[in-house]
Amino acid sequence: MIRVTRKYRFSSSHRLHANRLSDAENASLYGKCNNPYGHGHDYEIEISARGPLEPRSGRAVDPAALDRLVEEQVLRTFDHTYLNSESAIFQELVPTTENLARAVYTRLQASWNSVFPGPWPVLDKVRIAETPRNIFEVSENDG
Amino acid sequence: MAANPHGHGHNYVVDITLEGEPDPVTGMVLDLKKLKDVVNREVITSYDHRFLNYEVPPFDRVVPTPENIAIDIWKRLQPQLAKDGGRLHAVRIYETPDLFVDYFGEAA
Repeated sequence: MIRVTRKYRFSSSHRLHANRLSDAENASLYGKCNNPYGHGHDYEIEISARGPLEPRSGRAVDPAALDRLVEEQVLRTFDHTYLNSESAIFQELVPTTENLARAVYTRLQASWNSVFPGPWPVLDKVRIAETPRNIFEVSENDG
Repeated sequence: MAANPHGHGHNYVVDITLEGEPDPVTGMVLDLKKLKDVVNREVITSYDHRFLNYEVPPFDRVVPTPENIAIDIWKRLQPQLAKDGGRLHAVRIYETPDLFVDYFGEAA
């Protein structure tokens, strides 16, 4: 089994604010991340796919196919957007990078077969660095 | 593009990860100097500044994708490291900073 990882970048803005909490609770919980006009991140995202080596091509994953999927399902959706108001999913969910990583994983998984129709490769992991110090991962069995 | 007839180059970066319990006397899983020697001898001297397809078997027979390179590096290192009690956990090959491959051996 081989794992192939490709790195991509996109920029989005967000504001951390939980609808079910009061303004005071939000301010205390999220601090400056709760500032009313949001703030931006240059997200660095790693997508890992896993599968057996295909002997004829010498590859486990076609990086060009992965690029197409990520472009369609992630970059086009999130790049240069304000997550809170431009993504349906973040009308309910707080656009923390935990939730963003899970959203990316779900979107990729939902369209995976359109690009990788066979049993392999499978989506293995999504890892998003919000800053070089804050990094969030969702793997196959994390749901 | 990757199939252009005269080839192309990469500045590969390779991460070698070992696993094991620290030796009770030395506190080390494996002496990193030994690891460095083995990697230099078995991999770097064969690979560095070579046209893989022509100069480095098995790439006269198998396509030198990062997947195959990771597998070959594993095969070169594993028996040598085992002599010193080292256990290989992963070989990671960066073909570019934005594309890398991990191999964890045949069992994984």
